[in-house]
Amino acid sequence: MTLSTPTRWAGAVRASARTGRRPRPRTDRSALGAFAVLTAPMVFGLGLFKYVAIGWSLLLSLGEARGTLDPTRWVGLDNYRFLLADPGFRDSLLTVVLFTLFIVPVTFAASLALAVLVNQVRRGRAFFRTAFLVPAAVSYVAAALVWRMALFNGLPSGIANTLGGLLGLDPVPWIATQHPPLYWIVLITLRLWLQVGLYMVLFLAGLQAIPPQLYEAAAIDGASGWRMFRHITLPMLRNTSVAVLLLMTIAGFQAFDEFYNVFSGGLGGSHTAPVHPPLVYLYDIALGDQNYGLGSAGAFLLTLLIVAVTLLQGRITGLGRKD
Amino acid sequence: MIRPIRRRTVTTLATYAALGLAATAFLLPFYVMLRNALMTTRQVTSPDWQWLPDPLTFDNFTELFSDPAVPMASALGNSLLIAGVTAPVSTLLASMAGYALARIPVPGKGVVLSFILATMMIPGSVTFIPTFVVVGALGGVNTEWGIIAPGLFNAFAVLLFRNFYLRFPAEIEEAGRLDGLGYLGLYRRIALPNSTSMLAALGALSFIDSWNAFLWPLVIGQDPSSWTAQIALSTFLTAQSVNLPGLFAGAVVTIVPLAVMFLVAQRHIVQGITMSGLKD
Repeated sequence: MTLSTPTRWAGAVRASARTGRRPRPRTDRSALGAFAVLTAPMVFGLGLFKYVAIGWSLLLSLGEARGTLDPTRWVGLDNYRFLLADPGFRDSLLTVVLFTLFIVPVTFAASLALAVLVNQVRRGRAFFRTAFLVPAAVSYVAAALVWRMALFNGLPSGIANTLGGLLGLDPVPWIATQHPPLYWIVLITLRLWLQVGLYMVLFLAGLQAIPPQLYEAAAIDGASGWRMFRHITLPMLRNTSVAVLLLMTIAGFQAFDEFYNVFSGGLGGSHTAPVHPPLVYLYDIALGDQNYGLGSAGAFLLTLLIVAVTLLQGRITGLGRKD
Repeated sequence: MIRPIRRRTVTTLATYAALGLAATAFLLPFYVMLRNALMTTRQVTSPDWQWLPDPLTFDNFTELFSDPAVPMASALGNSLLIAGVTAPVSTLLASMAGYALARIPVPGKGVVLSFILATMMIPGSVTFIPTFVVVGALGGVNTEWGIIAPGLFNAFAVLLFRNFYLRFPAEIEEAGRLDGLGYLGLYRRIALPNSTSMLAALGALSFIDSWNAFLWPLVIGQDPSSWTAQIALSTFLTAQSVNLPGLFAGAVVTIVPLAVMFLVAQRHIVQGITMSGLKD
């Protein structure tokens, strides 16, 4: 986790190469051959599935391509104009922005809190870590199934309604209720359950890298637990926090699985869902209507949005700042 | 001296109480899923809560595998094949490229590195339409290779392996050099056998991601014969005929293989998450 190690080794290797202390056993030509053999599959694969794919898609986005992968007519920026004017697409962007604004702080706070708690205990630490991490191995489909059919099924015997009943609340149809939008609780808790463990592991690694002397010195000065958290733990977790926020935001913008499976789902079935994030919208356009031109344009608009948001976030959180 | 000790005891108790509550909440969905999978429809929908299925029934599992509408057996087989190929191959390809980029001095290496790393700027699932365009044109729709191929090339894993091999002590390779090994030999005989923990960590994560993938297999595997376990489960879930305990049995069979692997390889998985989350 230390930043200095790789650079130090690289520096040593470079230095020894420069002084010629370690002669190369083969000529440059064999080095070139080995380099080509080892990197060729990766370069070819990324070339095909990223560069060719994105280039082709860019062409499609500027043309009319319905039910065919060859653009039939050049339409310039019409696809982009259509999407930006389409209330459906604009709503989907708004949906995903709202979703990300909700899910990121909630997941951040929950995973940091669990990491701090797990880090404090001696006995049972492995058990708790496993309990929080094991949902990360569950798919969104299986989680959506349990959330939709058991926890939030809307029956009086459903888990959420049973717990609510203990607090004196009436049973409600969680997924079907739009005013207020109770389905957000279903979507947020689902993703929280699946993701918290991953980020908790990252925070745990960050916590364990904090030198204990800092806390010992603060304890001698009589600092309270909260002050130590505020003035030692949080600043020392700065790099971890920046990375975690970035990962959470990018993942939030690409939400698809739970929106597809929690509501009625199926191709075209998503039209009955109260909210569609952009990937569901694009899926319906590309796979439902087979409109690859429009779908490609939407993919680029969404990419632009994600890149812009992450750059902005990097600016605000000071990603890569050397301090 | 008494007060601080007492306060510490109270804090410890509160910590355990909070952790216990949270762990119960996190494990509850697993319990509910198992409970419902082992019940009859009548028991699941009964308004009287039953903690444990009584009597226990395994019929949901036998029915699940004999239901012609949900080809769960072949879907599990497909998932096993897809994740079983993707995990080792993608990890190996990333390790090869990472080694070359870290240890072989050739001119123009920076260009290759930039070419590979630049692909990381585009968020993965957004590109499902461009990737569909290419895989579709190559005839990969409804095939296993169409589902597998785009997932074999992971630029981020290349970066992690490159960082790992940059740190690799030069002395270890020295012996091989003296034995007359070329770069390919050094990679295969020395670097690769010394990267087993990296391979296990990234391989385990890749297996989980591949097993749980949904959007891409949904896009490319439209025919039931190419469905993965996730697609079969999702189809079952969104179908109009609801067989409630059967659904939970379906969820159980898709989760159990991973849960077992997770408990066995947890150390590697934790290491993999830490590495991928915080690149050095």
